[in-house]
Amino acid sequence: MNPFSFTRPTTVPDALRAVVRPGGRFLAGGTNLIDLMKENVERPSALVDINRLGLDAIEDLPGGGLRLGALATNADTARDARVAKRYPLLASAILAGASPQLRNAATNGGNLNQRTRCYYFYDNTTACNKRNPGTGCGAIGGVNRIHAILGASASCIATHPSDMCVALAVLNATIRVTGPQGEREIPFGEYHRLPGDTPQRDNTLHPGELVTAIDLPAEDFSAHHTYLKLRDRLSYAFALVSVAVALRMEGDRIAEARIALGGVAHKPWRVPDAEQALAGQPASAESFARAADLLLRGAQGQGHNDFKIGLAHRAIRRALRQAAAGTPQSQTDKRVA
Amino acid sequence: MNVMQNVGIGSAINRVDGLQKVTGQARYAAEHPVPGLVYGVIVSGAVPKGRILALDEAEARAVPGVIEILTHKNRPHIAWFDHSHKDMVAPPGSPFKALYDDRIHFSGQPIALVLAESFEVARHAASLVRASYEVEPHNTDFHKAQAERFMPSKKRDSFQPPKNRGDAGAAYEAAPVKVSADFHLATEHHNPMEMHASTVIWEGDGGITVFDKTQGPQNVRDYLAGVFNMSAKNIRVMNPYVGGAFGSGLRPQYQVYLAVMAARMLRRSVRVVMTRQQMFTHGHRPEALQSVQLGAERDGRLTAIRNSATTSTSRYENNMENVVNWGMMNYACENAAGEYAIAPVDTATSSDMRAPGAATGMTFFEMAVDEMAHAAGIDPLEFRIRNYSEIDQMNGTPFTSKALREAYAEGAAAFGWSRRSQAPRSMKEGRELVGWGVATGMWDAMFSKTSASARLTANGHLEVASAASDIGTGTYTVMAQAAADTLGLPVEQITVRLGDSTLPTAPVEGGSWMAASVGAAVQLACRSVAEKLLKAAEKMENSPLGSASLDEVRFAGGRISLRDDPARGVAIAEIMRAAGMDAIEVQETASGGISGMISQMRKSRNTHSAIFAEVRVDEELGVIRVTRIVNAVAAGRIINPKTARSQILGGVVMGIGMAMHEESMADHRYGRFMNHNYAEYHVPVNADIGDIQVIFVDEPDPEVTPLGVKGVGEIGIVGTAAAVANAIFHATGKRVRSLPITIDKVFDANPLP
Repeated sequence: MNPFSFTRPTTVPDALRAVVRPGGRFLAGGTNLIDLMKENVERPSALVDINRLGLDAIEDLPGGGLRLGALATNADTARDARVAKRYPLLASAILAGASPQLRNAATNGGNLNQRTRCYYFYDNTTACNKRNPGTGCGAIGGVNRIHAILGASASCIATHPSDMCVALAVLNATIRVTGPQGEREIPFGEYHRLPGDTPQRDNTLHPGELVTAIDLPAEDFSAHHTYLKLRDRLSYAFALVSVAVALRMEGDRIAEARIALGGVAHKPWRVPDAEQALAGQPASAESFARAADLLLRGAQGQGHNDFKIGLAHRAIRRALRQAAAGTPQSQTDKRVA
Repeated sequence: MNVMQNVGIGSAINRVDGLQKVTGQARYAAEHPVPGLVYGVIVSGAVPKGRILALDEAEARAVPGVIEILTHKNRPHIAWFDHSHKDMVAPPGSPFKALYDDRIHFSGQPIALVLAESFEVARHAASLVRASYEVEPHNTDFHKAQAERFMPSKKRDSFQPPKNRGDAGAAYEAAPVKVSADFHLATEHHNPMEMHASTVIWEGDGGITVFDKTQGPQNVRDYLAGVFNMSAKNIRVMNPYVGGAFGSGLRPQYQVYLAVMAARMLRRSVRVVMTRQQMFTHGHRPEALQSVQLGAERDGRLTAIRNSATTSTSRYENNMENVVNWGMMNYACENAAGEYAIAPVDTATSSDMRAPGAATGMTFFEMAVDEMAHAAGIDPLEFRIRNYSEIDQMNGTPFTSKALREAYAEGAAAFGWSRRSQAPRSMKEGRELVGWGVATGMWDAMFSKTSASARLTANGHLEVASAASDIGTGTYTVMAQAAADTLGLPVEQITVRLGDSTLPTAPVEGGSWMAASVGAAVQLACRSVAEKLLKAAEKMENSPLGSASLDEVRFAGGRISLRDDPARGVAIAEIMRAAGMDAIEVQETASGGISGMISQMRKSRNTHSAIFAEVRVDEELGVIRVTRIVNAVAAGRIINPKTARSQILGGVVMGIGMAMHEESMADHRYGRFMNHNYAEYHVPVNADIGDIQVIFVDEPDPEVTPLGVKGVGEIGIVGTAAAVANAIFHATGKRVRSLPITIDKVFDANPLP
């Protein structure tokens, strides 16, 4: 861990000013950044503690949406009565992640900005383009059972580890940010990015920008949703494959489908074709399989993670069945519904 | 005096150290406050093999607060010969000597120790030390290492070569029912909660006091004396509390070597703590390959056992385990052949990890037995009973006791085994396939010569002490109970001291021998106190005890009274007052004695267990839940059913980890374990553990050890992974012969129909 300056501003403008220097980083819950600093992967020169900025409210939006403060904790968000009632998919995804202790500390903004769990990213003695651009990708040809099968590049096969973000992708959330150039809104699908040849960039935030809130639109998928997460133990492990589904049903037919995959790509993975293919279709094994085919189109294994393609196909079909039947996956009963 | 009727031994009292632990008063190796402490941070090497060409320390040395950087170039003198670096449990070979020279033996090897006035400075400076290497070809791929499989002429002391009987090859060929199965176990790291740590206090007179994370303070003391050519009298090693070890603390680890080296160089107190990542750079359960071939008659009678295994070691030491013997000992079978060797890889030397050898070898043998039962069309429990042996089949010797039959029966009854439907895939509930599996566990019941002291003061307070360790197992508590048992004192009036090399001699805590050994030593010391008290009592005027012998009196409630006439007695305090004694102090050594040695030669001594597991498998997704385990254990006399149960629970959880989670994954290009943290090295979490029922079957055995105690530290893990794997087969009809059984090995990758 390197020496760094530490400031704790109480206003957003002060925080934005404080972070504008090379190596400046915001510190919220610290559940990922501090670990990475201990491993000398993150070496900020200035830590700007944003925990005194407020930004932790969960507020109704005009028109029926909900605004989640960037500094509201994951635990408070999942247990918020409005989230639980109107966005149970989000609550479920949050509760599928980490542990109660971590969720008590981790914030919503931090969840978006957490970094990959790729072994090579964490290990300074190995090659990693995300950690040290230009050094190569150790995971390609290495130990890669947890790595990406979709959207990867020759530079990077890391995945984004969040559960919460998979649900936010399905819910068409909007990320509100503020920065030196003022405020702007980023549609969730444009927030995280694919690695390409610049895997050091996880998302489309500009330097010095701060996430202030996550807006959820006024849409009700509470009747037909699920978050299904498959992992190497029954709790407290990152997803090998996860699936978030939200459906609008009209009788036995699917009027609208949204599906996102976690644990398989550098960002939550949505495929419009797959969702459109379900629209107007009956909730059937055939339509689910077709959607899974389309979601996984172009999937490419790296050796150890080849199994993820078949596993994801099954997980997608199961999740669609759970959502269509209105029997979402419980995050406490570990039996898969 | 009749020990068996006293209350101490056999009662399920709470841990006597529980309050200290849950209130944070128990201090671990890195938690002892020392004024003027120097902090050492280890710099780990990046390559698996080769030479250090250069170390660039300039930037690190420029950090304010850095005192010194220890490397192979400036380290103080240490003993030249390997002999001086060997600890009590070292395997044959040349022990690793940190900073000895420029040679790199394994990835993550310590290459420098940065010493600074604060931990933060030391850690930062350590990140600035840069090394360049001349890299040599290496191999960490155990499958490739099979080409270098060998058996060294010099064996580890604990190694017992398998003894063959009959003609296993011919019998196997002739057998009407055969199975042949090849198994693989991934490398596992112990991963105790507490990282290896040492606080070395420079006493100023050339002496040092070392708080170390170890399972044997006297082993560490003697090791340090050898390495640094110091008098053992000038070294005091303390480990009053140990945050788990599982075998990783049997041998002194490199942090204690580095911390003492630095303290001697700087003539200051020094602390060195490994990081979690560095916990993956020393001992580990060896990777293993095992091949089992079994032949049987159609009625299920075993006729042939062929059991062959290889485990991994390093290039510089030859670690060996007893892997193949267990199955050959346990089953009635006229023809059995075992074969074992090791294969070197370029990692740190593998080491003992909970039930070394048995956790691997008995697990795979019991998975093969399950395959044989299935091939013979016989219920797997019935198959084991048909091939039950009352004697140790490999050595041809009787057991001091073997209540495995009772363990099978009681375990089966508690589990409801009779309701099992035999065919795989025949039990289902909802979407999940249900599987029930059974396996046998086996471990040694060992005893090790141990000394203890006892000091009784006139106010009725007793202190018992031994250089034993309590690695979370309950040694404090069983020592208190052995003492309470003998002198009839409440546990509250007893102080237990352990974890200090200056106390009476005790072995390292391992092998499940500690409770039997230190328990016997404490009992012996307390009996000696009792004799002295009785003698003094009988010298009193009008002694109510007359000239009664020790067997004719009882100690209870702080009094000695006649067994036949409890009204006639005298208070211990009164006796001591009358005799003018302030304290009675004794030291005794428990050893097997001549009769024990004869018994050792003529009889086998083992613990046994029967494990029953239920799993529920979502086959489509490969999700397995271990919903129930019943572990019925035959381990002689149980000193404390509560702490003993806790040991079995921990063993079962670790067995579930072995079955389904634990795996250190190496990148063979880098020659390095990659998932070196708690997030990616998976041990079971609460959600992975269902109902666990522990049964101790009655197994009186006055011969096995002085107290009739066999020990329970390891038996809980042995066979547990097999019971789980066998249950997964019963659920799915699919044999997975590679542990851990992760999701990708279970779900069928072919498209569903």
